[in-house]
Amino acid sequence: MSTLSVDTPKTHTHSKAAEKKGLSTAAKRRLPLLPALIFVIAVTQLPFLLTVFYSFQSWNLVRPGSRHFVGLDNYIDVFSDTTFLVALLNTVVLTVVCVFVALLLGLGLAILLDRKFLGRGVVRTLLITPFLILPAAGALLWKTTMFDPTYGLLHFVFGTDVDWLSEFPLASVMAQIVWQWTPFMMLLILAGLQSQAKDVLEAANVDGAGRWRTFVSITLPHLSRFLQLATLLGAIYIVNSFDAIFLMTQGGPGTASTNLPYYIYQRAFEGFDVGQSSAMGVVVVILTMIVATFALRLMFRTFSVSGGIK
Amino acid sequence: MTTTAPRKRAYGKGSLTVATWIIAILFVFPLLWMILTAFKQEADAYTDPPKLFFTPTFEQIGNVLSGGFLPYVSNSAFVTIISTLLVLLFGIPAAYALSLAPVKGTSNALGFFLSTKMLPIVAAIIPLYIISQNTELLDTVWALVILYTSMNLPLAIWMMRSFFLEVPHEMIEAGRIDGANLPTLLRKIIMPVVAPGIAATALICVIFSWTEFFYAVNLTAARAGTVPVFLVGFITSEGLYWAQLSAAALLASLPVMIVGWIAQNHLVRGLSMGAVK
Repeated sequence: MSTLSVDTPKTHTHSKAAEKKGLSTAAKRRLPLLPALIFVIAVTQLPFLLTVFYSFQSWNLVRPGSRHFVGLDNYIDVFSDTTFLVALLNTVVLTVVCVFVALLLGLGLAILLDRKFLGRGVVRTLLITPFLILPAAGALLWKTTMFDPTYGLLHFVFGTDVDWLSEFPLASVMAQIVWQWTPFMMLLILAGLQSQAKDVLEAANVDGAGRWRTFVSITLPHLSRFLQLATLLGAIYIVNSFDAIFLMTQGGPGTASTNLPYYIYQRAFEGFDVGQSSAMGVVVVILTMIVATFALRLMFRTFSVSGGIK
Repeated sequence: MTTTAPRKRAYGKGSLTVATWIIAILFVFPLLWMILTAFKQEADAYTDPPKLFFTPTFEQIGNVLSGGFLPYVSNSAFVTIISTLLVLLFGIPAAYALSLAPVKGTSNALGFFLSTKMLPIVAAIIPLYIISQNTELLDTVWALVILYTSMNLPLAIWMMRSFFLEVPHEMIEAGRIDGANLPTLLRKIIMPVVAPGIAATALICVIFSWTEFFYAVNLTAARAGTVPVFLVGFITSEGLYWAQLSAAALLASLPVMIVGWIAQNHLVRGLSMGAVK
């Protein structure tokens, strides 16, 4: 710190010089932000504008020369397409159930980890590992070594010959996704639990509040914003689930486990229908924007932009 | 009675510890099973009841390594390293501009970056495919480098920004008063504080790039395929080779598992875009 010792007269000249610069300083300050901003706009926003443009065209890649402008036809088709509606429903069910169950399990595990015990570090490392393996690897392992009706571990444990993936396709996919995302929820909630003021908990204890009482009236309110954040972030990722469905059920049997990302993928890369799949993409974005507007507002209310959770 | 109470409590804690361990092991059992199966002969992988004890072999690991896995690893490594470096190159100045020298519209910029994470990735895949095709980027590592950079950049900016905000204001002011210019401030005062945070951010970008599936499957194939694309090969064969699949899954996941264990304390911060410290 001694190297930074102050030499007062300099300050005045320095700040005056800065004032004189005025506008150019503001521009200069913005400069470091620009490359990132331009890059992200170019790579994420421009392609989406093209999606909007394609969505007004009839365009199938396997029929060259078929491309022409059709106005809103694709959108009318999308909303009269029952598979689209099934996929939309599946997406909602999958997202809501997975987020909720992973959140509950994560809360349970976080509570178990929020105390000192032998091998706590090892247990924590073990528990986060499902989140760290390749989702693709996790999906394939569950499909084979867990769910296989003859040699799978579930067959061994429950003693039934149920073919999980064809009888309960959506539930099976959800089980894998929950397994993958529970560690994330756990880590986030654990961070919340450990940021509790110890003296408040002790005071509650001294005042004779039981464990349950303390949990409900002190811990849960403290955790609420961590739970909100976990819900929001979990939903952002889980709504885009593709790996598990692609690798475990291919959306089937029929459309039983088809979600929107998988259905759009099918229309685009198996049906080569650029116009129609683009229209679906636009509809999905509009739906997401509606949900996200609320979510973003929540996020900004919960985490003031200037800081973070303390 | 008073003497037994503490003992009872200690016993209660012991059983809770045992229960925690059991739950943890059950929860990660699919993974432990993957590791066991990776060292089995195929014949030991398909048994009813499943075999817990067997003569371990490195045959499957060897088969995967000699079976065309390595080009996928080198593609993944290239894409991961280059995109992470680009994220840092673009992200560090941006994080600086949004924290220590806040510009007008900081919260708009932050909101914009966050909102890109909410855009469903599937919504832009068709133009991305067509653009890649027209620019001959299809099935090249560069398509993934560009996409992964933009995928990780918003997260990295949020996360690094939260590290920059931890630099004590007094230190920067003192430095300024001393007449230190920006490069000096960065080198002498800011970097030493934020360097560990930047490292953690980089590790998280590495995890996301290594595990990314959707872009990789749709935009690359034999030439530029990454590790997750290699795994897709295992769904096509009807008589799946479980032991080999487990070996491949283990090898494919090992790098991110190690990186993740190293970065575990920063994982939450990264995934929450810096919202949770």
